[in-house]
Amino acid sequence: MINVLRNFFLTTGQISQFTARYWREVWFPPYEFQELLKQCFFIGNKSLALVGTTGFIMGIVLTLQTRPTLIEFGAQSWMPAMVGIAIVREIGPVITALICAGKVGSGIGAELASMKVTEQIDAMEVSGTNPFKFLVITRVTATMIMIPALVVMSDVISLLGSAMVENIKGGVSFTLYFSKVLEFLDFSDLIPSIIKSFFFGFAIGIIGCYKGYTSSRGTEGVGRTANEAVVIASLLVFILDFIAVLVTDIFYEL
Amino acid sequence: MNSEQVQLPAAVSIRNLYKAFGTNPVLRSFSLEVAAGENVAVMGKSGSGKSVLIKCIIGLETIDEGDLVVLGKSVPGLSPRELDLLRADVGFQFQGSALYDSMTVRENLEFPLRRHQEKMKGLRTDDLVQEALSSVGLLHAIDLLPSELSGGMKKRIALARTIIMRPKLILYDEPTSGLDPITGREISRLIVDIQKQYRAASIVITHDLACARITGNQLVILSEGRNYVQGTFDEVAGITDPVVHSFFT
Ligand SMILES: Nc1ncnc2c1ncn2[C@@H]1O[C@H](COP(=O)(O)OP(=O)(O)O)[C@@H](O)[C@H]1O
Ligand SMILES: [Mg+2]
Repeated sequence: MINVLRNFFLTTGQISQFTARYWREVWFPPYEFQELLKQCFFIGNKSLALVGTTGFIMGIVLTLQTRPTLIEFGAQSWMPAMVGIAIVREIGPVITALICAGKVGSGIGAELASMKVTEQIDAMEVSGTNPFKFLVITRVTATMIMIPALVVMSDVISLLGSAMVENIKGGVSFTLYFSKVLEFLDFSDLIPSIIKSFFFGFAIGIIGCYKGYTSSRGTEGVGRTANEAVVIASLLVFILDFIAVLVTDIFYEL
Repeated sequence: MNSEQVQLPAAVSIRNLYKAFGTNPVLRSFSLEVAAGENVAVMGKSGSGKSVLIKCIIGLETIDEGDLVVLGKSVPGLSPRELDLLRADVGFQFQGSALYDSMTVRENLEFPLRRHQEKMKGLRTDDLVQEALSSVGLLHAIDLLPSELSGGMKKRIALARTIIMRPKLILYDEPTSGLDPITGREISRLIVDIQKQYRAASIVITHDLACARITGNQLVILSEGRNYVQGTFDEVAGITDPVVHSFFT
């Protein structure tokens, strides 16, 4: 038990150090723009279809599930507002972040871990390239840029799914549905959600990189590293989400 | 021998190197001189600290005590910038080749050139890549990925990536490990050819007797953390000490 606690604090400390190193080094050249672009493209390419499909299904399911209750209360005209707020504030960011923790975070963890055990990271170092800048800074920055973008895309697709259900089942036109959504949603819904998505992206990137970059267990450790990266990143997504909701709540009260 | 060659400083000069990990001393009093243009083979059992030794030489591991001078520079005192400059003159071939999986052979070879442009000013990247690849006889593999190469080809490509910077000193970590004896011999001969072509000094870490015989002008046996014996291959082979003898049976 004491060992578990000690390990927990040790790991937390090391991750904080790793995070601090990112923020110390990200400002200074050399900047690896080409690698950054490559990673952004890679992340987008890897998760676009999955995030889109999941978002679409979430929109449909959420609408189908809540429809009967809303009808019972004669409140079906509130559907766009309710689904819009649920998706934009909560479901879009969290689901997208979880999917990316599984897909992107594990990928980064496995990639860096295998580069570490096969000495590719050392090889970079002796070729005059700072591997932290080339591998870690680019990947973390890329997840930080791409996760919010994917969240916005997922939001839109979810709403399309929801609108489709309302269109088929309730005869509501797409224009009417989206004008209702826009009527109820404003920037105080969107901005906090984008901001927390940045944090989700950062967490996914930094955990994947930390786990991979510091792994030392030989080839059989690569799979485990990827697995641990997913678990920790997913947990962090929930913790960050909780903090974000608390903070946003304080702002609303003001 | 002309007077210029006499004045060349030693490529590597190590005196009483001490290096420990925690309480585990790996190198205890290691000394080695490698003259410019000389080929030294270092043999030792697995886990005897061979990889640690050459990682110290290139500054991937820090040393605890002793003198370590590489190409006239004392490695422990170098700033990161100076260390980078020194590394531009030192080639390092890793044990498992360490080719970048996500990059083609061409991109692998171009990688060291990205940051060391001052040294290679006026030379075209394409020409350098072609030259290095033809030195190892694999020009046709230029657009392949590492996963499409055989073990022997990987070692050759890694060698090409090592020599693309035209190093003055090349460090090889078990260049023939994991290869069949025939391919191993080919690689060993290639190392000798490369050394002649580039007039570089080299240290070849190995536990392959054939490789040590082909590549080394000198043979050092690393045991108990120090240079246990040292001499030409035949001199060392003639020693009857049991530790030395175990390498030759
Ligand atoms: N980063 C490290 N941390 C702790 N111990 C290490 C490290 N690198 C090497 N060692 C230890 O140093 C010893 C020599 O390792 P190494 O030089 O890789 O052996 P080899 O001669 O087979 O190349 C081994 O006992 C190994 O456990
Ligand atoms: Mg070794």
